[in-house]
Amino acid sequence: MGQLTSGERDLAGLVLVFMAVIGIAMAAMGGMEPLGIHGVMVLLCSVGLLFVLMSSAFGPAPDPARLSKYYDDPIKVGVGFTLAWAIFGMFIGVWAAAQLAWPSLNFDTSWASFGRIRPAHTSGVIFGFGGNALITTSYHVVQRTSRARLADQFSPWFVLLGFNLFCLIAVSGYFLGVTQSKEYAEAEWYADIWLVVVWVAYFVLYVRTLARRKEPHIYVANWYYMAFILVVAILHIVNNLAVPISFTQAKSYTIWAGVQDSMVQWWYGHNAVAFFLTAGFLAMLYYYLPKRAERPIFSYRLSILSFWGITFFYMWAGSHHLHYTALPHWVQNLGMTFSVMLLVPSWASAGNALLTLNGAWHKVRDDATLRFIMMAAFFYGLSTFEGSFLAIRPVNSLSHYTDWTVGHVHAGALGWVAMITFGSLYTLVPSIWKRQRMYSATLVEVHFWLALVGTLIYVFAMWNSGIIQGLMWRTYSEDNALVYSFVDTLVAMYPYYIARAFGGLLFLIGAVVASYNVWMTVRSPSPAPSPAGDDLPIGEHSATVPSAAE
Amino acid sequence: MEVEEVDPVSGRKTTGHIWNGIKELDTPIPRGVLLFLIVTHVFAVLWWFLLPTWPLGRTYTKGLLGIDQKTTVEETLREGADARASWMSKIGSMSYDEIRADERLMATVRSTGKQLFGDNCAACHGRDGKGGNNYPDLTDDDWLWGGGPEKIQQTLMVGINSRHPDTRIAQMPAFGRDEMLDRQQVLDVAAYVISLNDPTTSTAKNVNQIDKGREVFLTTCAACHGENAKGKPDVGAPNLTDRQWVYGGSLQSIIDTIHGGRQGHMPTWDERLSPSEIKILALYVNALGQVEP
Repeated sequence: MGQLTSGERDLAGLVLVFMAVIGIAMAAMGGMEPLGIHGVMVLLCSVGLLFVLMSSAFGPAPDPARLSKYYDDPIKVGVGFTLAWAIFGMFIGVWAAAQLAWPSLNFDTSWASFGRIRPAHTSGVIFGFGGNALITTSYHVVQRTSRARLADQFSPWFVLLGFNLFCLIAVSGYFLGVTQSKEYAEAEWYADIWLVVVWVAYFVLYVRTLARRKEPHIYVANWYYMAFILVVAILHIVNNLAVPISFTQAKSYTIWAGVQDSMVQWWYGHNAVAFFLTAGFLAMLYYYLPKRAERPIFSYRLSILSFWGITFFYMWAGSHHLHYTALPHWVQNLGMTFSVMLLVPSWASAGNALLTLNGAWHKVRDDATLRFIMMAAFFYGLSTFEGSFLAIRPVNSLSHYTDWTVGHVHAGALGWVAMITFGSLYTLVPSIWKRQRMYSATLVEVHFWLALVGTLIYVFAMWNSGIIQGLMWRTYSEDNALVYSFVDTLVAMYPYYIARAFGGLLFLIGAVVASYNVWMTVRSPSPAPSPAGDDLPIGEHSATVPSAAE
Repeated sequence: MEVEEVDPVSGRKTTGHIWNGIKELDTPIPRGVLLFLIVTHVFAVLWWFLLPTWPLGRTYTKGLLGIDQKTTVEETLREGADARASWMSKIGSMSYDEIRADERLMATVRSTGKQLFGDNCAACHGRDGKGGNNYPDLTDDDWLWGGGPEKIQQTLMVGINSRHPDTRIAQMPAFGRDEMLDRQQVLDVAAYVISLNDPTTSTAKNVNQIDKGREVFLTTCAACHGENAKGKPDVGAPNLTDRQWVYGGSLQSIIDTIHGGRQGHMPTWDERLSPSEIKILALYVNALGQVEP
């Protein structure tokens, strides 16, 4: 906070007072309803931050020399948020998995029922863990690859803290029973409006920082971060268009109706996978992989092919979530064919990453951090192939509504998203805190094997369970009657559910090990820091910034 | 600072761009990637020609194969129903005795019945039909409304205490709460009922209480449960002498039942299941009760 200029301190104070007033208004209107409880939470967060702000509000003005350094304070806080949400979200995930095997683990309470903790898990890991990882690394990558400091000191905090407030409101709402029943978009209207404000600020900050770049070209990672920020804004706004039943209540109704609502929801849902869980994390891959491997990217041309392939084809693919439903047949086929055409651009990304490692495979063997990144690229290739395959209608008729989908999602979420995040964090943390290396390379190694074994157990359990389930559902006797009842399939899945919970538990333990390792790295003494660490310094001149025509 | 250099590992040139130390090679797109790209696109375009895919204003391209998911699903459902029709219609038209005599048909009843029971009945009565949690055990040959297939069929059709106009109705009144019996009478009659099942609970100490309970039973309970307490299936009153309990057979459970009453609910199935399916279930459930000990 000490780096905020007096003008930024005033602005921050105003924003926080304004938010505190909104919090009071929500609390007054909502009473003991969830909206009121959320009002109190907004109020407490704003007042708490006001205290932090006041403690340095009348301190000396920031040193002008700061402008020649990268602004890393929000990144440090962001790393903390990322790991905290990882442990929370994965813990809830293990709990939800355990409830499927042992249903009484909801302890007969409403707040811990499966229907509420399941969105708490998905939002906790996707938005809490994934979202914070994306914001944090994007601050890091955009500054380094542009050799420019973030555009100002207020908006990085506004975006980071504002986003975490959104996550808090969303997740606490699920426990209170608040939901608009749209998968990965369960948060209600007031949280959605807040996220729009935060996201627009994020977009503006990112564009302004890019505009200050001292490199003539925009690096691939930044293409992907821009795509992620821009498209997520569009998806979020369109899918969450809704009319609240009253401004004093949390409940709203979507403006979309019937099958159009399903289509909008899965256009959103699939592109949340595409632009939140793929584009943003590919940006991480494109920065931290060559950094860690110290190898040039295998092919610039392949980067272009996959970027435009992914951004163009993904947009059309959402309807493959609605195969064999009331959605018109032609919409399903259209989504299916675009899902198939998406395969090669996706694989081109994974291939580009793996081929970049040529000349550095000995490092993959020795360095668990680089192995995290390599394994992430491998799982990215695996799950994008699986995704295109499952999108083919006849295949989907077996896999749809089964655990195969859950296995597919987790091959992506654990193997790809989480592994690339941990690989990136293990590269970012020593760099930001100016340490030689992580506190313990052994613990990184332990984490790698926990994560890999946990993912494999999880994914194989769900593949088995899902295919068994799908086959049991379509098994007919010689009399042409169904052989199995639904409950028979549950009995068949029981051992796989236990295995899945165990795999998830291993992954959770890995995240705890990572958090400890990061904490100890931060606490370890810093050996004679150099101002820019291992990074190139901020550029002095904007000599070669290209014209708009270029 | 665009300096192109040659990467010693691959022998490729870099593009000359550098971002914080990151460089890129100018490797051309591998031929295999382009080939595979073409294959996926050819697949997609073929699919577009063969099946409904692209919107055209108020209609859409129908595809050369003329396949439409709605007609496909209707056909598949019809084919399935046709394939089942031979034995379904037999079951529908034959009497229970005739079906039982047909071993081939009974094998179908057993396999189909198991699936129908799992999807429709198991949620309350358990996958094995053993009930529990205040739902009747269907395997003990102790029936509230009779265990013949005709009786079970009727129960399935109209339910118990349901909204069906012909529903079976049964209610155990709340004798204690509604003050039809006083506290002591409830305890007495409970002692009597439990002694019917377990004579060892009758001791010199409480033989008087049991006698009093018997008096109460004969004046209050016998109307439904019968003077011998063996129940009356035509009014859904359970046999109280056979150690089989829906709501628990401990002294405390029996006292709770007499004090607060009971009124179980069974839904109707006549709108959800076809008459043949109900007959299959009636036979299946009937057979559940006849499992060898």
